[in-house]
Amino acid sequence: MKKSVFFGVLTAAGLVAGASAAATLDDVKARGTLNCGVTTGLTGFAAPDANGEWQGFDVAVCRAVAAAILSDPTAVEFVPTTGQTRFTALAAGEIDMLARNTTWTFSRDTDLKFDFTGINYYDGQGFIVPSALGVSSAKELDGATICIQTGTTTELNLADYFRTNNISYEPVPIETNAEGQQQYLAGACDAYTTDASGLAATRASFENPGDHIILPEIISKEPLGPLVRHGDSEWGDIVRWTLNALIAAEELGITSANVAEMSSAPGDNPEINRLLGTEGDLGAMIGLDAEWAKRAIMAEGNYGEIFEKNIGETTPIGLARGLNAQWQDGGLLYAPPFR
Amino acid sequence: MSETHSFTVGYVRHEMQGPLPPPVAESGAVKWMRENLFSSWLNAILTVVSLFVIWWVLSHTLPWMLAGVWSASSLTDCRNILAERGYSSGACWAVITERWPQLIFGFYPSELYWRPILAFVLLIGAVAPVLYTSLPRKMLWFSLIYPLIAYYLLWGGSVWTPVMLAVGFSLVGMGGTLASNKSGFFFGVLIAILIFLLMFFDPLSALLNVMGGIAGLFSADSVRLSPMIGSLALRDLFPLMPTLSDLLGSIAPIGLESVTSREIGGFLLALVIGLSAIVFSMPLGILLALGRQSDLFIINKVCVTFIEVIRGIPLIVWLFTASTLLNYFLPPGTTFDLILRVIIMVTFFAAAYIAEVIRGGLAALPKGQYEGADSLGLDYWQSMRLIILPQALKISIPGIVNTFIGLFKDTVLVVFIGLLDPIGFINLIRATVEWNGIYWELYIFVGLCFFLFCFFMSRYSQYLERKLRTDHR
Repeated sequence: MKKSVFFGVLTAAGLVAGASAAATLDDVKARGTLNCGVTTGLTGFAAPDANGEWQGFDVAVCRAVAAAILSDPTAVEFVPTTGQTRFTALAAGEIDMLARNTTWTFSRDTDLKFDFTGINYYDGQGFIVPSALGVSSAKELDGATICIQTGTTTELNLADYFRTNNISYEPVPIETNAEGQQQYLAGACDAYTTDASGLAATRASFENPGDHIILPEIISKEPLGPLVRHGDSEWGDIVRWTLNALIAAEELGITSANVAEMSSAPGDNPEINRLLGTEGDLGAMIGLDAEWAKRAIMAEGNYGEIFEKNIGETTPIGLARGLNAQWQDGGLLYAPPFR
Repeated sequence: MSETHSFTVGYVRHEMQGPLPPPVAESGAVKWMRENLFSSWLNAILTVVSLFVIWWVLSHTLPWMLAGVWSASSLTDCRNILAERGYSSGACWAVITERWPQLIFGFYPSELYWRPILAFVLLIGAVAPVLYTSLPRKMLWFSLIYPLIAYYLLWGGSVWTPVMLAVGFSLVGMGGTLASNKSGFFFGVLIAILIFLLMFFDPLSALLNVMGGIAGLFSADSVRLSPMIGSLALRDLFPLMPTLSDLLGSIAPIGLESVTSREIGGFLLALVIGLSAIVFSMPLGILLALGRQSDLFIINKVCVTFIEVIRGIPLIVWLFTASTLLNYFLPPGTTFDLILRVIIMVTFFAAAYIAEVIRGGLAALPKGQYEGADSLGLDYWQSMRLIILPQALKISIPGIVNTFIGLFKDTVLVVFIGLLDPIGFINLIRATVEWNGIYWELYIFVGLCFFLFCFFMSRYSQYLERKLRTDHR
């Protein structure tokens, strides 16, 4: 009897929560700010500068969404979330969207009841070794000691990879990426493995980056992207197509420098016209005005510009585009048509 | 005889000879060293080993610290400067010079830094009369209203919110005192609770909801009942104090620019959580300790359950409960501030520990003290206030301060629920492109700051123990 009352209350609370979650766009407009979940600090992806302004690759996605909806890329309340709190914060409505280098997996999409709205970075697990070790491929790491973060998917990937290739290794368990850097530098392990973007950032922080090489093998798929709650497809559409607009803008040659000029009058390319709102009314279909995409692109530039500014080859992190290049350039970025 | 004497006079001194200096081995630094450092072979060996360890540590750290660079824009820049000066390694204190405002204040707007600073200065004024009894007792009134002033300074917003809170609480206090003077303590507490509910909650509609719910179980007629009572127009008045402060705010909009909880971070956050928990857990802990000693069945069991449940579960679990689980249980849309939730949890946690420490003090008092108080004809609260607690608290001082120091350091656990205390900011700063790879400098700075706060608390507790010592040991 008591139990059933308790569960009844829980169900009622759940129903009310579901009902209120159905109008995230209205909530955001009424509030005047977008609550965007980010990491508690990951080099190149999200970190505040000396003035307290958040910068980074994931941060730029939040700013673009805020610009599209609220016409102000700074109208974002950044909520730092840890690996443990990120999903509950999103499910409980504390944040409107999560842009926190989160891997798109089956169970997160279905069982945890989230919707991934696309992929903004294709990552994968790699290895870093001292060049003095004389190793040029991960397959030569037979018998090596490897620093690995416990309790992550990287740990399982590593076991799988070495078993498939029938070679042995000795794991050195560590807790955080920072600890991993220190342990690797102190010589506690021959190799350190984590996501390739993290390895590049780690290597960039070393005193002599030239003494360390990142091996060519990428042993797992880590598609990272922004996500929203299940059940509010209209809101999911806005986040999804804002990201697509940034990707398409690069493909179509729209940059933060020329977007104002290109959107002033309809041009020769009908898709650009539709995207920038000089033709048709795509904006109205997602509950925004005609210039939503223009503002999203003006916020931090198109996908390519965001990449170059935060993690690209001109930055200390120095990541090559690789899989994250446009599809014509041999990458995986392929925005559906704006029609 | 005098003749004899005149012969010997050439050999007799007329004044005392000055004392010789003691042997070198029995005076000054040498004696001290002999007695304290080299009194035995074992002691001598230990001294030499310790000196070697100290020298070894300092020879590795001091050059690194002293070679430090104090102004640079990034870690790479820092390393280049060090290389130019010819050092192979050195500290990069530049990260502290660039980021210390963030480590201290978090994201608090820099043009409003005067507000937390003023709150801190006033805190000294509010704490002083509590800590040092030589100051005039009237200053205690300031200590009493200080929490509201601090709240107003830190979070800003309309001035009427804290004013109305103060009015509400003083009404509760006055009503309670009047009623207890007239018809006893228990009645006074009841009246105080009633006034409190009237001031800050909406008892009428809560009552209606409950009535409607109960009535709805039995008949459909009752549905007609609730709008009838609801139309009394009284409902709009409640909750009284928030309505009043809104009204006053619209008439006379006085206030400071409001700052959100998300912007409060760094040591400011650690101090806000730590100090509020210390201040609020002390009275709560005393009540819980008395409740656990109580003969009243319900009160006793409630206190025991509270203490055992709160104390038996790790603080980090309570913090996760505050940050994530509560979200599921609270009605959606209620914005219940995360910092407030954390303060409540940490306060409960500390109160459970304080209660047990004070129970130790209560148990240490001889039974004669209780009986003596009874024989003087004092009632329960008088005997507690005048006889038992002053002695029990004095005994408990080291334990209480120990708990407080632990509590203050435990505030860094909030980093795991995504709040940005100093450790959280270390992670953030290390994640920037400029400072990625820096390590010791930030942790040394934060560790030093924590040490200063805890060392002050420890010294104060020793002063208090010396001052309150009445036995003649």
